[in-house]
Amino acid sequence: MIPELGHYALVLALVMALAQATLPMVGAARGIRPWMQLAKPAALAQFAFVVFAFLALMLAFASSDFSVAIVTQHSHSEQPLIYKLSGTWGNHEGSLLLWVLILTIFGALVALFGENLPPRLKARTLSIQAMISVGFLLFMLLTSNPFARLNPAPVEGEELNPLLQDPGLAMHPPMLYLGYVGFSIVFSFAVAALIDGKVDAAWARWVRPWCLLSWTTLTGGIVLGSWWAYNELGWGGWWFWDPVENASFMPWLIGTALLHSALVVEKRDALKSWTILLSILTFGFSLLGTFLVRSGIITSVHAFADDPTRGVFILALLAIAIGVPLSLYALRAPVLRGGGLFAPLSREGALVMNNLLLAVMTATVLLGTLYPLLLELTTGRTISVGGPFYMATFGVLALPLLLLMAVGPFMGWKRGDVRGALQRLIAAGICALGAAIVAVWIKSDGPLLAPLGLLVGVWLLVGTLVEFMERIRLFEGNPARIWNRARHSPRAAYGMTLAHLGLAVAVIGMTGAAAWKSENIKVLQPGQALTLQGYEFKLESVQGIRGENYLADQAHFVVSRDGDVISNLYPERRQYLVQPMPTTEAAIRSMPFADLYAVIGEPDGKGGWIVRIYHEPLVAWIWFGALIMVAGGLTSLSDRRYRVGAPVRAGAAQAAKA
Amino acid sequence: MSRKRLRLYLVLATLVVLGIAATLILRALNEELVFFHSPTAIAADRPDPGTLFRLGGLVETGTVEKQGEQVSFSVTDLSSAVKVTYRGLLPDLFREGQGVIVEGAFDDSGQFVAREVLAKHDETYMPPEVAKALKESGRWKETEGKGTAQPAVTQ
Amino acid sequence: MRRLIFLLPIAIVAVLVALFWIGLDPKRDKSALPSALVGKPAPAVDLAGLSDGAPRLTLAQFKGQLVAINFFASWCLPCRAEHPLLKQITAEFGVPVIGIAWKDKPEDSRAFLAELGDPYVATGTDQNGRTGIDFGITGVPETFLIGADGTVVYRFAGPLSPDGLREQLAPAIAEAKQ
Repeated sequence: MIPELGHYALVLALVMALAQATLPMVGAARGIRPWMQLAKPAALAQFAFVVFAFLALMLAFASSDFSVAIVTQHSHSEQPLIYKLSGTWGNHEGSLLLWVLILTIFGALVALFGENLPPRLKARTLSIQAMISVGFLLFMLLTSNPFARLNPAPVEGEELNPLLQDPGLAMHPPMLYLGYVGFSIVFSFAVAALIDGKVDAAWARWVRPWCLLSWTTLTGGIVLGSWWAYNELGWGGWWFWDPVENASFMPWLIGTALLHSALVVEKRDALKSWTILLSILTFGFSLLGTFLVRSGIITSVHAFADDPTRGVFILALLAIAIGVPLSLYALRAPVLRGGGLFAPLSREGALVMNNLLLAVMTATVLLGTLYPLLLELTTGRTISVGGPFYMATFGVLALPLLLLMAVGPFMGWKRGDVRGALQRLIAAGICALGAAIVAVWIKSDGPLLAPLGLLVGVWLLVGTLVEFMERIRLFEGNPARIWNRARHSPRAAYGMTLAHLGLAVAVIGMTGAAAWKSENIKVLQPGQALTLQGYEFKLESVQGIRGENYLADQAHFVVSRDGDVISNLYPERRQYLVQPMPTTEAAIRSMPFADLYAVIGEPDGKGGWIVRIYHEPLVAWIWFGALIMVAGGLTSLSDRRYRVGAPVRAGAAQAAKA
Repeated sequence: MSRKRLRLYLVLATLVVLGIAATLILRALNEELVFFHSPTAIAADRPDPGTLFRLGGLVETGTVEKQGEQVSFSVTDLSSAVKVTYRGLLPDLFREGQGVIVEGAFDDSGQFVAREVLAKHDETYMPPEVAKALKESGRWKETEGKGTAQPAVTQ
Repeated sequence: MRRLIFLLPIAIVAVLVALFWIGLDPKRDKSALPSALVGKPAPAVDLAGLSDGAPRLTLAQFKGQLVAINFFASWCLPCRAEHPLLKQITAEFGVPVIGIAWKDKPEDSRAFLAELGDPYVATGTDQNGRTGIDFGITGVPETFLIGADGTVVYRFAGPLSPDGLREQLAPAIAEAKQ
C-alpha cells in the first residue's frame, strides 16, 4: 500500500513540477504576479511529495518489504538497520530518488528564504529548478521506478553489496549529492539572470551562500568516499582517478573556480559572463557525472547500471539541460557588459589566474576520463588512463595554483603590490624550501612531484598563517586589542583562511602518503612476525567470529616498536550471508605522522596466512585537512552578510515588491 | 590600463597556460598510457621488457600455484596463454575460470610480473530489464524457507 | 569576433554529446574479453548425466543438428530469471537446448529444475567447471549455439531477455539454419 502511495506521490510531484516549470516563467515574462507567486507553494508542494516518496521507500527498506523489487535486490532481513536504511540510496533507482529529493530541497529553501529576491528572478529561478525536476522525475517514472513491485514477493532479499556495508559509504551519497545537486540552484540562478539580461553584485551575493553550501558538502562527500576506499578496499589507496571519482571531482574544481570568480563580480562588477558560464558548467559537470555513472558507457567499479536505454534518456537530459542554457549564453552573454578595470597584478588578476588554472586542470581531468572512450571509438584499441597520466598533467598544473594561493590574499583590489606580498612571504619560502630539502634527504629516489608537493604545501600553510597574523596584527598591541581585532575580522575572511589552510594540510598529507608509502607481504604462521619501518607486526592468532550478518576470520596483530606495544590490530576477512565474494576489512592504526595498516588474505592451507602491511605517512593529514576545509566553508556560510541576502533598505524592499 | 590592454594580457595568459597544459598532456599521453592486450596479441607481438601494459583474459584452471606470498597463474583467451607471477594478496573476486585483468610488464628474463591484479566484477546481478520482464510475467517464484539466492557452492 | 567566443562552450558540448551518442551504441562490445571460440569446433563435452541413471552427456549425439547449450546453476539468480525463455528457444525456433549445470551440486541442480521446470532435451553436470572453462564462459548463465557441423556459431553471455532473444539469438539461429 505504502509503496503505491510513494509511487503516486512521485506522479503528483511531477505534476507540481510541470506547473512550477511553466507558469512562473510565463508570469515573469508577462508580469502576471499571481503566476510568479505560484512558484513558492509549488516548490514546497513538490518537496513535500518527494519527501513522502523518499520516506515511503526508506520504510520499505527498513521493514524489509521484499515485494518492492529494489528492496529484494539490495537488502536482507538480517542486515543491521543502518545498512537497511542506507540501502535506500545504495542502488540506481533509490539514489535517483535521493537526487530528486535534494533538487526539491534546494528549490524549497529558495522559495522559503528568498524573500529579498526580486520577484522576477525568484520566479524564473524556481521555474528552471522545476524544469530539471521534470526531467529527472520523468526519467524515474519511465525507466527507473523505485517502487516497482514483485508478485509474489520473495521471502528473502539478495543483500546489499557487502562493500557498501560501511558507515562511511552509508553517508557518502547524501553528502555528495547535497553538493553535486546543490549546484543546480546556482545553475538556475544563472540561467534566470541570463533571461533577465542582468548580472550584478546583488546577484553574486544571493548566489554565494548556495555556492558555498554546495561546495562545502561536495568537499565532504568526496572525502568521505576517499576515506571509505582507504578503509574498505584494503589497498591503502584513497584515490584512483576512476571515472566516477573524476565525475565528482570535476564539479568540485569548477565549483571552486566559481566561488572565486563570483567574488570578483560581487566586489568589482567584472567577470560576469565568465561567472555565468561557470555556473552553468558546474551543474553541467554534475549531470555529466550522472550520465557516466548510470549509462554504462564507461566501465568502472563504481558504475551503477548497464542499460543503454537509460543512457539515452540521460544523454538527452544532459544535452537539453546544458545545450539550451549554453545557447542562451551565446546569445545573451555579450549583453552583460563588464565593469571595473584592474591591473593584471592585482587581486582580480590573481583570481583570474586561479580560474584559468582551475579550468585547465578540469579540462585535463575530463580529457583523461574520456580519452579511453574516444580512442576506443576511433581506433578500437583499449587503453587505460591512470594515476601517472593525471600526476603528469593535473599534478604539475596544481603547483603554480598552490603557489599563487598564498600570494593572492596579500594583493589589493585594482592594483596589488606583488613585491610587498613576496617580501612578507619570505618566511614561508624558507620553510617551504627547508621542507623540500628534508623530503629529498629522506627519500632521494622518489618522483619529483614529492618534494615539490611538499614545497607548495608548506608554502601555502605558512603563507596563509602569515596573512592571518598580519590581518589581525598579531604582534601589535596588547592581547585585548588583538583579540578585539580577531573578533571583528569578518567570518568570510576566516573561512578563506581555514579553507586555504585545510587544503595545504591535505596536500602535505597526500604528498606524504603517496610518495613515502611502504609495504611488506608475507605468509605468517601464528606466532611469527613481520617488520616494516621499525614496527614489528606479530600475528598472535586467527579466529573465526560471527557478526550480525557475516562470518569472518579475524586476525590479531600486536604492533610494537623498540619493544613497546603500540597497538592491537584486528583485520578481518568476511563472508557475508548471500553474496559469494569475501570482503576484506583492513585494520588501521592512525597516528599523527603515519598510519599502520594491516590486511589478512587467504590461508595457505598449512596453518599460515598471507598478510600485508602498509606504513603510510601523513594520511591523517588528508582527512584533517579536508575537515578544516569544510569548517572553512561552514564559517563563511555563517557570515551574516550572506545569510540575510542582499542588504536592501526597507523602503526599497517595499518598492521592489510592488 | 585600458580595457584593450587588459584583454590582451588575459588572452596572453590564457594562451600560455593552455600551451603548458597541452605540452604536459601530449607528453603524458605518449608516456603514461597503459595499453590493453589479449594473450593472443601478446603471442603475435610481445611488448618490450619494462613496458607497462594490461593483459586480460580468463584465469586458466589448474594453473594457479601459490608459494607463500608469491603466486603464479596463466591468463588465457582460449587461443593462447601467458604465465603471470604476482607477489601479494589476490583480490576477493579472483577465481579460476573467471575473468581477470593484470597490469604489469615483462622483465628481462621474459617473465610477466604483475603489479596489479583486477578481477572482473561479479556476474550475479540482475539486469533491470530482466527483473521488469519477470515482474510483468508474474513468474518470480517463492522458495520454501530458504532465500531466493543460495551461497556459492564449494567444491 | 567576440560573439564567436561565446559560441565555443556550446560547440564543445555538441561534440561531446555526439561522442557519447556513438558510445551508447548497444552493439559496442564493452567486454574486454575476446570471444575466440566462435567459428571454431565446439570443445568436447563428456559429462555425467544430471538425473540419476541418466546416460552421459556428449555432443556427439547431437551431431548433424543445430543445438543450443545453456550453462546454468541453482545458485545463480539471473539463471532463474532467464529460465522461462529457454522453452521458447525450442518452442519458437525448433532448436533443442542442452543444459549443463556448472559448479553446482547435482541434487541442487535437480531441485532447481524440478521447481522451475526442465526445458532441456538433455542435461549434464559440470561440477569442477572444467567444461565451462573449455567453453570460455566467464560466469553463468551463458548460451551457445552449436551448428550441425559441430562449430560454435554464437555465444550469448548473461541472462536471456525477450529483447536479447529476439534481437540477437533469433537472427543467429536463422543464419545458422541457412
